[in-house]
Amino acid sequence: MNAEQSDDPGETGGKPLGRRLVLSMLGLGAAGVVTAPYLQNGLESFLSAASGKDPTGLTGLLPNGGGFRYYSVASSVPHKSAADYRLTVDGLVDHPTAYTLDSLRALPQTRLVRDVQCVTGWRVPGTPFEGVQLSRLLDAAGVRPGARAIRFKCFDGTYSESLTLEQARRADVLVALRMQDKPVVHAHGGPVRLYVAPMYFYKSAKWLSGITVTSDVQRGYWEERGYDTDAWVGKSNGRGDAPTV
Amino acid sequence: MTPMPGSASPTDAATPRPSEEVRRFARPVRWVHRTTAGLMLLCIATAACLYIPQLAELVGRRYLVVTVHEWAGLLLPVPVLLGLVSRALRADLGRLNRFAPYDIRWLRSALRRDGARREAAKFNAGQKVYAAWIAGATLVMLGTGLLMWFTHLTPLMWRTSATFVHDWLALTAGIVIAGHVGMALADPEARRGMRTGSVSRGWAEREHPRWKD
Repeated sequence: MNAEQSDDPGETGGKPLGRRLVLSMLGLGAAGVVTAPYLQNGLESFLSAASGKDPTGLTGLLPNGGGFRYYSVASSVPHKSAADYRLTVDGLVDHPTAYTLDSLRALPQTRLVRDVQCVTGWRVPGTPFEGVQLSRLLDAAGVRPGARAIRFKCFDGTYSESLTLEQARRADVLVALRMQDKPVVHAHGGPVRLYVAPMYFYKSAKWLSGITVTSDVQRGYWEERGYDTDAWVGKSNGRGDAPTV
Repeated sequence: MTPMPGSASPTDAATPRPSEEVRRFARPVRWVHRTTAGLMLLCIATAACLYIPQLAELVGRRYLVVTVHEWAGLLLPVPVLLGLVSRALRADLGRLNRFAPYDIRWLRSALRRDGARREAAKFNAGQKVYAAWIAGATLVMLGTGLLMWFTHLTPLMWRTSATFVHDWLALTAGIVIAGHVGMALADPEARRGMRTGSVSRGWAEREHPRWKD
């Protein structure tokens, strides 16, 4: 037994390196929060470049690795096809209407290419959406005086959204039938979803089934849970993202 | 525990045989480990359901999953804090905190993979580093998680920054915890120590030669 070994600090001596490591982690965490905006920019541009060349798709699982994330608030969402899909327009309108998928397809289509920004931080650049301008459906139904807002319902049975009438009449608010130049798939809210280009993506309700014109704004699912009702990208929810429009 | 098994000394007659049991973890320590592990697994499982698209698609119910995740995370430090009333837990935390010269040699040998003999007391240096790292990481996850939860209490930029740290540290912690579980799976006697509180003397002398009660 050499001198060093016999000089055994045992369980009470020695250096308190454990405590120092815990405190270092706290320091690193705080430093990470402070430097996050710079780190994030660098990592995002690196990862979005990498995900474009990544055949495995693994980079999509990394934080901010590019691409969409799937969020559903319901336990399961039914599948709707051209045969059984209906979009109703009702409430304070002169002509309540029920559209089939084919009748929506027959209307003039508008294609927009904008960034998608989620309120949780991820952003997907330059995503094409194509569909019928919401204002066209509202005009066809004939909005009555006294109407000031729209309530959207979804066939997942749970989600809802809202817009003021003024917001809903914007040219960049679509009832979208196509996304990324393909029919909207089920995971992205197909066959028909809302697309509100200037707002955080939770406003773009998936699995759209009902448009009800109302006299006042009735807050939607996430707004009831603390998110802003007027969800302009970069000017709400305490976030400073670059505007998408 | 005799540091040199088999060395002649007056206590030899009383030294138990290697097949005998040694108490390793007191009941409060095992319960703190068990409840912390349960809460951590709940955090990881709910995080996976929020984060991995295929699981999110399967489970849905986003608001419920978020709520479970938040509360599991908030409760995560509670078992250790409650366990501090136990002298045995305080003693084990003290042992985890202190690094002796043989711990430094252990780490050096582990990093260099030089096959040198690695000595340890009740906890080896790897376990000490893991304990401190995961404790610090848990506190950072808790802090950034609270910033994300109570969005309106903090300035504008903080939430995005907290999300960034929370996401990347979650990924890192997941890998580190997988390592911890992997090490346990590879050593049934170590698992028995945490499950029943006892290990065989032979295992203790082999794995933790400097451990004295």
